[in-house]
Amino acid sequence: MSVPAFIPQNRYRPRRDYFRSLCWIAAVMIILLLGFIIDEIFTRALPAIHHYGWHFLTSSEWRPNRDLYGVLPMLFGTAVSSFLALLLALPLGLAVALFLSENFLPRPMRQLMRMIVEMLAATPSVVYGLWGIFTLVPLVQHYGGIVAHHWGWIPFLHGPAYGNSLFTASLVLALMVLPTITAISRAALVAIPDTFREGAYALGATRWETIIRVLLPYAAPGIVAASILAFGRAMGETMAVAMLIGNSQRLTLSLFSPSNTLSALLANQFSEAEGLQINALMYAALILIMLTLGTNIIGELVLRRTQKALGGGHCL
Amino acid sequence: MNQQIKNSTEQVPSEVMSPSSDMETFIKVINFNFFYGKKQTLFNINFAIPTKHVTSFIGPSGSGKSTLLRNFNRMNELLPGVRHEGDIAIDGKSIFDASIEIIALRRRIGMVFQKSNPFPRSIYENVVFPLRIMGRNKRSLLNETVERSLRSVALWDEVKDRLHENALGLSGGQMQRLCIARAISSQPEILLMDEPCSALDPIATAKIEELIVELKKEFTIVIVTHSMQQASRVSDLTAFFNFGKLIEFDHTHRIFTAPIEKQTEDYITGRFG
Repeated sequence: MSVPAFIPQNRYRPRRDYFRSLCWIAAVMIILLLGFIIDEIFTRALPAIHHYGWHFLTSSEWRPNRDLYGVLPMLFGTAVSSFLALLLALPLGLAVALFLSENFLPRPMRQLMRMIVEMLAATPSVVYGLWGIFTLVPLVQHYGGIVAHHWGWIPFLHGPAYGNSLFTASLVLALMVLPTITAISRAALVAIPDTFREGAYALGATRWETIIRVLLPYAAPGIVAASILAFGRAMGETMAVAMLIGNSQRLTLSLFSPSNTLSALLANQFSEAEGLQINALMYAALILIMLTLGTNIIGELVLRRTQKALGGGHCL
Repeated sequence: MNQQIKNSTEQVPSEVMSPSSDMETFIKVINFNFFYGKKQTLFNINFAIPTKHVTSFIGPSGSGKSTLLRNFNRMNELLPGVRHEGDIAIDGKSIFDASIEIIALRRRIGMVFQKSNPFPRSIYENVVFPLRIMGRNKRSLLNETVERSLRSVALWDEVKDRLHENALGLSGGQMQRLCIARAISSQPEILLMDEPCSALDPIATAKIEELIVELKKEFTIVIVTHSMQQASRVSDLTAFFNFGKLIEFDHTHRIFTAPIEKQTEDYITGRFG
């Protein structure tokens, strides 16, 4: 069989393959880069891993002068500050997402609002830190003192209240993860076909009922993914936290006490570390990268499952 | 404006198209104009839809039939920049009256859409959704409603063993019947159907058509359809729309056998549309 003359030969094929290999190289390089970073940290952490083993995670002693290293206070600080930040940011972020996805505002206003929220994400971390020092620290010191005075018997709330504390760091972290929560939740809400809104309205549902009973359940996996990714971001956040958390190596349960996180520990100590301390910090870095990577992978998996669910199955 | 409506109401009897006087009017459309932004999409519509019959709206795409249907439960008001002139009365009362609550109006009117839209919840929760939002949560009432509604759409036997499974696991035809069950579970008076079979295969379509004929004993049904066969099979009355105007409204058999207007004849014989 001969090919009819009017079908043009595929002349572009070699060039397209060239571009393709370029993309492949770029993609592989990203994976290699990540592998290289982890390998480097791991190699440098190895002496500390051999020396302290799992005890590193359960010990709350961090004394460079005696070469005693344990990151339990920082693990605690990282977990609590991130969790608290999420707790504070989730309701607010969800409310903003709803406000920006439903027709509360004319479209141009919505776009403007969305840009402003996204600008929160573009603000440098150190600016949040500075703002926190001048605004949040005095506030937390004052009101935290009042809370600790009256409700100090409740665990986590006992005084004395310091301005540079776990709670202050959580507040600023909440602000910093707000755009993540809003953007992903909004995307999940916008992806809901209008037929579901119409269906609910036609049955006599109010807007509130439509949101609570139809839209939020529908977008739930996306909102969960948003929360996980925000949590991951809060764990890794460094500068603003280092400026506000008080950098205490002691394990204290009160939210109004100075505390520390893994990332803030690294930022504060690395420049002056030597000997085994460097290895211990690398060990801490390894834990941090594993935690954030793990969180992000889980978040992405949930998000992908959501998109699959929204993409097919509902439309006949 | 108010004056205008009053005047028009007075002249109605001579203008309203009503195919026969022995049918009791339920929905009355009076000098109705509709605008989407600056564009007028409905022009001076006057007619009366009788109670407990099936009335079908036919006409080419963009003829305004869906727009009119969506005015009956004021769904168009979800869109920005729409306005209307004239009036629509259901059971003798204007639906645009200030005393009418839009939520209450929609609870009296069930609606079925082109694309089935069951909520991502269980079959059971889909059917009782309208009751739940009315705050009726008594278990016995809900159970009763689920069985009655699903039986009316001939879905009960197919799903009674998996009422608590996700509704999205049903087939296309089952989902659409579930949506009809949901639309009638709070016992509305009117059932609006906007091309309910356009996404279904012939077997599922036949089932829904049987259902429509069955349901008219209880409900006043208005159905928008692109299929003239469907209109002739299920409806008692047919209204033909073209370019936003009601061209002809009559008994279905008369529309399909002896239309008065040339446009109607051209459309039903497939010369355009």
